[in-house]
Parts: sequence; C-alpha cells; structure tokens
Amino acid sequence: MKKGHKQKSQSFYALAFRRFKKNKLALWGVFVLLSLIASAIFAPLIAPYDPYMSVRNDKGMLDILSPPSSAHFLGTDSVGRDVASRLIYAGRVSLSVGVVAVSISIVIGTVLGSLAGFFGRWVDSVIMRGVDVVICFPVLFLIITISTLLKPSIYTTMIVIGLVSWTNTARLVRGEILKVREFEFVESSRALGARNGRIIFRHILPNIMAPIVVQATLQTAQAILIEASLSFLGVGVQQPIPSWGNMLNEAMSLTILAFKPMIWFSPGIAIVITVLSINFIGDGLRDALDPKLGNN
Amino acid sequence: MRQYIIRRLLQAVPILFGITLLTFLIMQLAPGNPLQTMIDPTISMEEINMAEKKLGMDQPKIIQYFNWLREILTGNLGYSVKTGQPVAKLIGERLPATLLLTMSAFFISFIIGVPLGVYSATHKYSAGDYSMTFLAFLGISIPNFFFGLGLIYVFALKLGWLPTSGMATIGADLSGFNGVLVYARHLVMPAIVLALPNLATVMRFTRSSMIEVLLHDFIRTAKAKGLTHRRVIYKHALRNALIPVVTIFGLSIPFLFGGAYITEQVFNWPGMGSLGIQAITAREYPIVMGLNLFTSILVLMGNLIADISYAFVDPRIRYS
Repeated sequence: MKKGHKQKSQSFYALAFRRFKKNKLALWGVFVLLSLIASAIFAPLIAPYDPYMSVRNDKGMLDILSPPSSAHFLGTDSVGRDVASRLIYAGRVSLSVGVVAVSISIVIGTVLGSLAGFFGRWVDSVIMRGVDVVICFPVLFLIITISTLLKPSIYTTMIVIGLVSWTNTARLVRGEILKVREFEFVESSRALGARNGRIIFRHILPNIMAPIVVQATLQTAQAILIEASLSFLGVGVQQPIPSWGNMLNEAMSLTILAFKPMIWFSPGIAIVITVLSINFIGDGLRDALDPKLGNN
Repeated sequence: MRQYIIRRLLQAVPILFGITLLTFLIMQLAPGNPLQTMIDPTISMEEINMAEKKLGMDQPKIIQYFNWLREILTGNLGYSVKTGQPVAKLIGERLPATLLLTMSAFFISFIIGVPLGVYSATHKYSAGDYSMTFLAFLGISIPNFFFGLGLIYVFALKLGWLPTSGMATIGADLSGFNGVLVYARHLVMPAIVLALPNLATVMRFTRSSMIEVLLHDFIRTAKAKGLTHRRVIYKHALRNALIPVVTIFGLSIPFLFGGAYITEQVFNWPGMGSLGIQAITAREYPIVMGLNLFTSILVLMGNLIADISYAFVDPRIRYS
C-alpha cells in the first residue's frame, strides 16, 4: 500500500501484468508454452528424423516398433517412423488447430454476443435461443458428426471446432455489453452522433477485452483437447500428418498399449503439458485482469 | 413454484423446435435424401413408393422438414442403412448402459468433489489446498481417452485387478450379488474417467462458493454462539455454499453425455457412445443423427430438471 501513489499512475494493463507476474503457475505455463511454440516453429532443426519416413535398420529392414534406444530415444511406431520426431512435428498441428479454431469461435461469439447485447429485443431473443439450442447438443459428438460429413482433415477440424464452440463467448460478451451499454461514455458518444458500429467497436469492445482474452485462452486449451479426441478417433487430423491425438490412436491395439508404452504415453503427456500450461495462463490472466473476481 | 415450472416448460418448446431444425439442417450435409432413411426398408416396393409420396420427397425442403418432424414425434428416428433395424430400437437397447455410466460418473463427481472443495476452502492456502488446486487443473487438462488408456495399462494390463473393457465378462455368473460385483468391476474405470473433469469443476466451484459464504456475518455469529467448528462448516456454511453448486448439475449433463462418446469407445462400454462412434466409422448417418437428436433432447430435459431443482433450493430464482 506504501506505493499507492505510484501505482495509480499505471495503466490497467500494466497493473494486470504486475499481478500476473506474481502467479508462479501462470509463469510456469508461459515458459512451457513458449518452449512448445519454439519447438513447433523450429521442428525441422530439432527433430532427429523426417516424421514421414520409415527408418531402416543396419540390415536394411524396416525398423518397426523398436524400443527406445540411442538412435530413437522414444522408439519407432508401427510403420517404423521415429516417435520423437513425430511428437515434435505434431506440436505444430495441435497448436495451430487450437489457435485457428479459437480465432474463428471468438470472432463468431463476439459478433453474435455484441449484436444480442447491444440491440436487445428480438435480435437478442433469436441469438440467445440459438445459443440454447446449440448447447443442448453434445459438443464433441456434434463436431465429430459434422467433420465426418465434411470429410475429415486438419482444415475441417479447425473450422468445425470454431463453428461449434462460440456459445460461451457469445453469452459472455452479451453479458458484458449489457453492463457497459449503460455507462455514460456510451451515451455521450451516441449524443455526439456516433453510429452503432463505431460505438460497439471503438467504445464498448475495448472495454470488455479482458474477459474475452481470458475466454480465448481457456477455449484454446479446450480446442486442443477436442482436436486430440477427434484425431484419436480417426476423424480429425489424418495420417500421415502427425498429431498427438492420432499418435495415441495406436494404443487402441492392446499389444501396443501393453508392450510399447512410449508410443502412446509420450503424445499423451505432450497433450497434458500443453493444455495444463494454457489453463494455468488462462487462470493467471483471469486473476490478473479481474482483481474483483480472483480465487480468494 | 408451479408457475415457475410451467414457464420453464414453455421456454423449452422453441428450443426443442430449434434442436430438430438444426438436426435436419445438418442432415442435409449427408449424401442422399435423409427422408429416404425414414422408410422401413423391409416393406414392399409399392409401400415404399407410397411412403416416399407421404413423406413428400419431391416437395420443397420446408415441407420435408415438417414431414420429418411428424415422423420424429411419432417415434420414428429412421432405419439403419446396413441392417434395416429401426434407429429408435438401437438407441433404446444402448440407453441403459449409458445411463448407468453417466449417472455413476455424476454421483462420483459430486460425492467426492464437494468434500474436497470444502476441505480446500477450510484449509485455504495450505499444502493440501494447493495440491487440490493442482489436481483440479490436471483433471480438466488430461484428455479422457489418455487417462482411460493409462488406467487400463496400470490396473488391467499390469496389475490385473480390473477387466480391460466391456460391461460384463462373457459366461460369468450374473445372478444376485455376484452379478453386481461383475458389473461394478467393469464400471469402476470408465466411471472414474468420465467423472474426473466434472469432479474437478465441482471441487473448484464448491471451494470458491464456500470461501465466499465463510465471509458472511452469520458464520461469525454461529462461531460466536460457541458452535463447534464442524457444525458451523457443515450445517451453516455448506448448506448455503451448495446452492450455486446445484447449477453445476445442469452443466454436468451435456458434459457427461458428450464425454461418454469417447469413454465408452475406449472401454468398449456397450452404450450409446460406442454405438455413435461405430456408426460414424460405418457412415451410418441415420444412427448418428438419431443419437445427436436423442442426446440433445436428453440434455434439454436434464437442464430443465436442474433449473427446477435450482429454483427449489433457492427461492430467489422462483420469483424473479
């Protein structure tokens, strides 16, 4: 409290940053996530083998399901590809699916939520009843259904996850807009003759960015889990493109599950670490951006 | 209360309508005319032609939708493309197994989640609280299929304590207590896997709700009266803290039914979920869409029940 006068001069985001820095788990999350992003970007430099090539051993035979060794420190998979290299390349897929899917859902959710909150009346009713309908569907199975109908691929996965998971954002944005809409600065900009679009995009949205950012972060974690589930079931990212989910698909065979744990254990752990770090960041952001909410 | 229930029921009608409309729209993505699959394939050619006329397959889409809706309302969810069996019958056969699994997961998540949340709240910032927080984060971050495979690996394959998959051992004696034991041994792992993320959510929610309640004046009064710590926590605080936890009932339902698709597939549990995944693989769209429709109606009903029970525990909701 001694530094009270100093803090007052700081902006909202500077203050939030200070609070965020105190959260150890969130900082750990940032560190892990940055490392994962770096390994995804520099995958060709880090990966010891081509993730699409089956390797042959000294005798010229395909090196199938070999145990961890100095040459392949996580072993090879059932068609003889280096598991460690695929693991590194799969990070590219999972992270980009997460980011693209969430960008789509945040845009849809923000636009629909803004329309509902700002215009109210029948616009609000129609959009919010639409939300009520979509949330009744079991999200995962709905996504599986649509991606199968549209022919599964990495792009279908991204788009369908984005198209289906906008409901939380829409509700959140609507609620925030209802609060902000009543503020005097909105009224004054309307008095100055600003158009609705300008009021929404220039005056209201910047004021509700904080909860949207938190929502986007937590949603990314969710999207990565959904992509993994889809790929695990064989209706998401298709072979030979490596994804952590489709690498785990091999464990559907009991022999691999029982005797080749590294093949399925390593991508599983990769998913857990990625999603965990993003969830920590999201939680840290929520505490930092909304001091009223907090965990205490 | 009755007024509230009636109002909630009326609100559900347009949503139900929306669910059928969205299902019908998604069906348009499937190859062929979805109405074709509404006709019993075992009847004669003439009858099929008559049924096609009756369903208005040459009519505009909007009329097709209403004809389709009429069939749905009379309980016809269509017929399997490959076996010709009615979809409603296939789903009905699988429903009990899914209900057993989801209900078990539901109870596990509340029976374990609430006490852990109370512990965390009453031991705020202790080592125990921090471990719970970490475990809760882990619970929502671990993909359920990976957790399931991990459990199978440890408890079925390495230790041999539990069966790897299925609902009952073939040829086992399923009568009386022995039968219950066989089912229970098969149920343990899938129920825990399905419950975990929900359990984590319940725990976090109970924790924050409890912490908030503990700050109220009536808690201080209760303590000042000289009541025991136990009594203050469990009688005075918990009862109030549980009110918002009831909202999780509603959120749990779509979550558990959605999670069942993967969990059942991993454990080969003979419910609607594994039926759905098999139908997806076999491109059996009538079954897939029937399941989508059926599960969303189940979820709608679940939400209604959750809302009504919320109004039941919190009178403020009823009168707003």
